[in-house]
Amino acid sequence: MEKVTPLTKDNHFENPLKEFWDTFCKNKGALMGLGIIVFFVAIALLASYIAPFSPSELQENALRLPPAFLEGGDSRYFFGTDDVGRDLLSRLIYGARISMGVGFMVVILSASVGTVLGLLAGYLGGKVDWLIMRLVDILMAFPSILLAIVVVSVMGPGLMNAIVAVAVVACPTFIRIVRASAMGERKKQYVMASKTFGASPVRIMFSEILPNCMAPLIVQISLGFSDGILNSAALGFLGLGAQAPTPEWGIMLADARAYISSDPWLVTLPGLCILLVVLGFNLFGDGLRDTLDPRLKK
Amino acid sequence: MLSFTLKRLGDLIPTLIGVSLLSFFVIRLVPGDPVMLLLGERGADPKVYQEMKKELGLDRPIINQYGSFILNTLKGDLGRSIISKRKVTEEFFGRFPATLELGLCALIFAALIGIPLGILAAIKRNSFYDYFLMGGSLVGYSMPIFWWGLILIIVFSVGLGITPVSGRIDVIYEIKSLTGFYLIDTLLDTELISEEGLAPFTSAISHLILPSIAMGTIPLAVLARMTRSSMLEVLGEDYIRTAKAKGLPYKKVILVHALRNALIPIITVLGLMFGSIITGAILTETIFSWPGIGKWLVASINARDYPVIQGGVLFIATMVVMINLSVDFIYALVNPKMRH
Repeated sequence: MEKVTPLTKDNHFENPLKEFWDTFCKNKGALMGLGIIVFFVAIALLASYIAPFSPSELQENALRLPPAFLEGGDSRYFFGTDDVGRDLLSRLIYGARISMGVGFMVVILSASVGTVLGLLAGYLGGKVDWLIMRLVDILMAFPSILLAIVVVSVMGPGLMNAIVAVAVVACPTFIRIVRASAMGERKKQYVMASKTFGASPVRIMFSEILPNCMAPLIVQISLGFSDGILNSAALGFLGLGAQAPTPEWGIMLADARAYISSDPWLVTLPGLCILLVVLGFNLFGDGLRDTLDPRLKK
Repeated sequence: MLSFTLKRLGDLIPTLIGVSLLSFFVIRLVPGDPVMLLLGERGADPKVYQEMKKELGLDRPIINQYGSFILNTLKGDLGRSIISKRKVTEEFFGRFPATLELGLCALIFAALIGIPLGILAAIKRNSFYDYFLMGGSLVGYSMPIFWWGLILIIVFSVGLGITPVSGRIDVIYEIKSLTGFYLIDTLLDTELISEEGLAPFTSAISHLILPSIAMGTIPLAVLARMTRSSMLEVLGEDYIRTAKAKGLPYKKVILVHALRNALIPIITVLGLMFGSIITGAILTETIFSWPGIGKWLVASINARDYPVIQGGVLFIATMVVMINLSVDFIYALVNPKMRH
């Protein structure tokens, strides 16, 4: 019989986290995404320290000033001021707080509901699965913004309602992803073993199966952030999400529409922020997928 | 195939019932009294109130209300708009061609650019082109189209003055609605052509350019990524190696042998894009004042025109379900592996 070599310093297994990090770092796009996310999270957290003004403070004699680096700009207002004389940079900074917060809430809501329903459908199968999948079919029949609009039209416009609406839209994807992984795990031996030991279905689902569904779930959480931020900004733009004078990027865009020919930077900057954040989460999510689950690589 | 068909059709019924329930409850879940909401400030007169309630059928038990809603829907009656007093179906079909025309143009734009870019990226895998194209497609995929539309207007309409800012056609032309597609109607109307020549047609085209780009950008990015991965999969197959080994010209191998098989999943995705076209339409039409379904729905929601929201939502969701089902069937016909 072969001798078992004991684990020593030289032949020990690579720490999975370190292994993950090394592979992840090879993906330049993913690193860039992470950089963008960290940048905006930092801005959101430090908004009250770094913003030069309050987002609602009206500056005197400073209506629609162009950015400081353009002709006619004022060095006090780096990105200029908006149509009622609020400092655009400060509003963009506070906007990061709102967008990140919205993304976070949407993901928490949709991922937790989606995970529970997905596990139930995937593990229990049968009638429960059928019922949950019909619910998914129904929700998926409504194009994303349309479904969000329906939810908002029932609950009334507002930031919180928009978050719920966007979370409802995001749920089906989470349900499908968790269900698919759970179905794959259900028949594996460790689940059988756990059953033989008399573990309850709840325990099997949450402490046995769920950890093995984490890879696709984590990827979807990152992509869920980008969808959530994009959709809630769209609702804000349509006047159905956060309401003025909240410094939300979507509303800032909608407000700036009137000045599209005279002051294009009022439109350009908030949209650029949305694009950057969404791109960051998409890059990060793609990188995570390639690193965590090479099988999912498309 | 028969059991696949039956199963899919069987699943369709509960989905459609769910969709109808959801649309039905939109009007009834609104906090407060919908009748008061509809009548607004003037609704204090109890007689008017009762009439309105009866007209909406809200004085009957909820199950009866749902029953007659379904019966009326099956008869093609979705009620009347509170604002315009016209039938919801009339309003819907009056605007649908505008959305369809824009949606088709956006998809054609997306396919004409996205698919070749995807093929190029697959052929030049891991090269600078590949990274550049795929990075670009991720930017396109992340695009907030309500911003992108405005930027296009700033650059092309305001800055360069090449394209009009909004609408479907110059207001000076009166278009007889034959098909509802302005690109076709402006060519069919002989009277208009004898008076104005091709000017209305070119006007319709120039109005279509920016909205099509705005609406087509995300589908373009999705198609480019899909085409790349689908092509890469096919290019690894044995029959491609055989074709190359036979000495067939490279172009022929790529465009005839590989592309034909790679296109199957791509066409499926194109079919399933109907839902995202509607989402795109809601935002694009709002920006470009395009008189289609999307702008109509947003306006109805802001005006709390509940019969329109209910009917429009039901219509669109049913169409999405039906289109997805047909795509499934077509896919199953083409690809036997999918039947189970």
